[in-house]
Amino acid sequence: MAINQTELRPMGKSIHRKEDPRFIRGQGKYLDDIVLPNMLYMSIVRSPYAHAKIKSINTEAAKQVPGVKLIITGEDLAKMNLAWMPTMNGDVQMVLATNKVLFQYQEVVAVVAETRGAAVDAAQLVEVEYEALPVIVDPFRALQPDAPVLRDDREKKSNHIWHWEAGDQESTEEIFKNAPVVVSQDVRFQRVHPSPLEPCGCIADYKKGTGRLTWYVTSQAPHAHRTILAMISGLPEHKIQVISPDVGGGFGNKVPVYPGYVCALVASIQLGIPVKWVETRTENIASTGFARDYHMTSEIAADENGKVLALRVKTIADHGAFDAAADPTKFPAGLFSIVTGSYDFKQAFVEVDGVYTNKAPGGVAYRCSFRVTEAAYLIERTMDILARKLGMDPAELRLLNFIRKDQFPYQSPTGWTYDSGDYEKTFRLALEKIGYHELRKEQAEKRARGELMGIGISTFTEIVGAGPSHSFDIMGIKMFDSAEIRVHPTGKVIARLGVRHQGQGHETTFAQIIGEELGLTADDVLIEEGDTDTAPYGLGTYASRSTPTAGGAAALCARRIRDKARKIAAHLLEVGDEDISWNGESFEVKGTPSRKVTMGEVALAAYTNVPEGMEPGLEATYYYDPPNLTFPHGAYIAVVDIDKGTGVVKVRRFLAVDDCGNVINPMIVEGQIHGGLTEGFAIAFMQDIPFDEDGNCLAPNWMDYLVPTSLDTPNWETDRTITPSPHHPIGAKGVGESPNVGSPAAFVNAVVDALEPFGVEHIDMPIFPWKVWEILRQNGVAE
Amino acid sequence: MQISVTVNGRVYESDVEPRTLLIYYIREHLRLTGAHVGCDTTSCGACTVLLNGKAVKSCTVLAVQANGQEIMTVEGLERDGELHPLQKAFWEEHGLQCGYCTPGMIMTACELLERNPFPTEEEVRKGISGNVCRCTGYVNIIKAIQSAGHMIAQQDKEPKNQSEVVPSGN
Repeated sequence: MAINQTELRPMGKSIHRKEDPRFIRGQGKYLDDIVLPNMLYMSIVRSPYAHAKIKSINTEAAKQVPGVKLIITGEDLAKMNLAWMPTMNGDVQMVLATNKVLFQYQEVVAVVAETRGAAVDAAQLVEVEYEALPVIVDPFRALQPDAPVLRDDREKKSNHIWHWEAGDQESTEEIFKNAPVVVSQDVRFQRVHPSPLEPCGCIADYKKGTGRLTWYVTSQAPHAHRTILAMISGLPEHKIQVISPDVGGGFGNKVPVYPGYVCALVASIQLGIPVKWVETRTENIASTGFARDYHMTSEIAADENGKVLALRVKTIADHGAFDAAADPTKFPAGLFSIVTGSYDFKQAFVEVDGVYTNKAPGGVAYRCSFRVTEAAYLIERTMDILARKLGMDPAELRLLNFIRKDQFPYQSPTGWTYDSGDYEKTFRLALEKIGYHELRKEQAEKRARGELMGIGISTFTEIVGAGPSHSFDIMGIKMFDSAEIRVHPTGKVIARLGVRHQGQGHETTFAQIIGEELGLTADDVLIEEGDTDTAPYGLGTYASRSTPTAGGAAALCARRIRDKARKIAAHLLEVGDEDISWNGESFEVKGTPSRKVTMGEVALAAYTNVPEGMEPGLEATYYYDPPNLTFPHGAYIAVVDIDKGTGVVKVRRFLAVDDCGNVINPMIVEGQIHGGLTEGFAIAFMQDIPFDEDGNCLAPNWMDYLVPTSLDTPNWETDRTITPSPHHPIGAKGVGESPNVGSPAAFVNAVVDALEPFGVEHIDMPIFPWKVWEILRQNGVAE
Repeated sequence: MQISVTVNGRVYESDVEPRTLLIYYIREHLRLTGAHVGCDTTSCGACTVLLNGKAVKSCTVLAVQANGQEIMTVEGLERDGELHPLQKAFWEEHGLQCGYCTPGMIMTACELLERNPFPTEEEVRKGISGNVCRCTGYVNIIKAIQSAGHMIAQQDKEPKNQSEVVPSGN
């Protein structure tokens, strides 16, 4: 049960959320709730073809629609050098197509009108003449020497984008040559989409009188967006105010800059009137950042006893028509090299090749922590395959190979330094809580009766909190984050951070961190994020980085304030600084605890009675460059039953034991886990964005791309262990993405485990009933 | 077209295009922006309001169809400064995160509890299956709705001025 916000020592408590009072009253302020005087609406004309030349664009009929104010084509943008824009992965992306289109639903023309209806009406009257070109949807086909080159704008005349690798190839090959046991499996992590309930949108409001652009946008990274906008628009950065209002879920979908944003910006600058663009669900799925689409081959070398020796992974990454994956600059395949997982491999070699196809851009989104979803899925899937080959229980194989508690900080063969972990403790808790051995007994009995029951394990390691400035930057900007805390004379606080929540509860949890550090309640601290005029510069919220980065910044910033407050307290108590100690709620004179002052009293003194020579006021700023990432881990176990008549998989139980170090608010962490597991469930069983051979997107809406309802979603069981991050100021690790990273492997392992009697070694996601039914039918058991 | 609609107990006379969807009428004409738009295929239920007491997806009703009818939105739930039990329960049970599905979810739950004051977990799951949530995984929403059912029963038993303990805050 949650408790209220007015208790002292708020860290670690399940405090009710401060953001809820407005949301439960319908008083949230999301992008489409904002209406500005004279505001115009924009609609986008999109390509029906996946690959085609644009022969002509006729906007005459569209212009005749009453209320139409402006029509923008790629040619118009080209004159401003804006027909293309840079992406976070160092590529360029078309804003509006000029001579050809490269994916279905690509942006071709933008229409601005006085009403939503008029904009849509006019968009439908834009006539575009296309000449179809050969389409490539299969990334393997894209790499064949005779494949048509999709991106003729590039110097490199092939569909290959880049090659990336990590680990020691030579030593890995050496181990594989001599290894007594080798397993190999091709695994596809299918293309999915984060699909936040609120689609993307923006309002560009350029005022000629001030030369200032206010840009309201569904953004997870408003400061980065401001800088990118300044770079591409030529507007000076201090004349751009980015406001990310309440965001109706992000899940990585709202990190990139999308073409619609740029078009709205151009329209507002040209017209001097605010222009709103809000995409539809179909536009959101079909054109904004997708997730995954990794075609992986995994190989493990092991000894006869099941001790793993080396890992070799080869991956083809389908990035669509433009490489707009939202990655740190030096990591085109994200942090995929965490793929050795929770296990002590001697060597590993991982390579990834990025490939263009006629599909929408993206790749990094949907709680992936920069490709950790793919990595965790692959290793957890392959460990099960190894267990099968050795005739070992998959739990025993994991226990045998875990990185031990005393090995941390642990150097992984691909170069990561894991901060802390106690994998065995977490896993044993999970095994005991779910009754693993009893379940195996039950399974054996059921098998004897011909019933299909499966148990799936995933013991994963995450890597979140990008990241240290020596390696991590977004388009050159180091991946620090920040906090600015200002204490008012009456002891109340306003604090702003460089991150931007989309429902993760920052307004509550950051108030808990700061309240704890300053001896205040969470209610005493108002948290603001998302307005680049007021909040300190930060890199935003994605990849579970808020707690690791801005959480560290908030604690250290508050401690900076406490340092000054101590001096004021000494002055008030008429003793030296060294005679003052902090008891968690107030400053007291050492040895005389009855002589004390609270932060409230100190705050008033900071404005009314500071020691001579001290600057008045009580505030601080902290930009935190984390020394390392945080490595939360988890042990997930799924129990499934399969209906032999239909192939329907029922998740009977799912237990998630997470360890994210010290917990700021258990209630909020649990909510994050529930949500992420539901996404992982959907990915495992429901979600896929397929394309036909002509490049038609076959799941561009929620009729075909499935989001789980309350009826689909299992009931989640959760627990935790606590292994603090030694380098983090409050010992906390990120956790938001762990459930999506960890759970798909548990589901798939459970289904494959259930189908073991039929010799099934692997099934690619999503595990639709028809796939299972087909296996049952082939084995003559489908009823 | 001229329409007259009672929304949250207040009568509005408006001139709307026949094609105007009820959700846009509520959001853009009346500036009640609690109800949201999450899809374009009537799948998500973020736009759910009560039309004559029945939960409807207002993206799939024309404003002109609401002529002469009674609508209740999430903004109409609070009475005399007192949150509706569903609002309290969503807060207490952490039944919301980004808050975007919340207004629609609460309105669907309103009708559900009207029909079935003490729904089982399965009945709640079925009852809200027209409302998609991307954040919570539903577990806490189900708890909140069941808890609200009990709060309402409790309230009905107690004298009027007895108020529930509400979490403090803004």
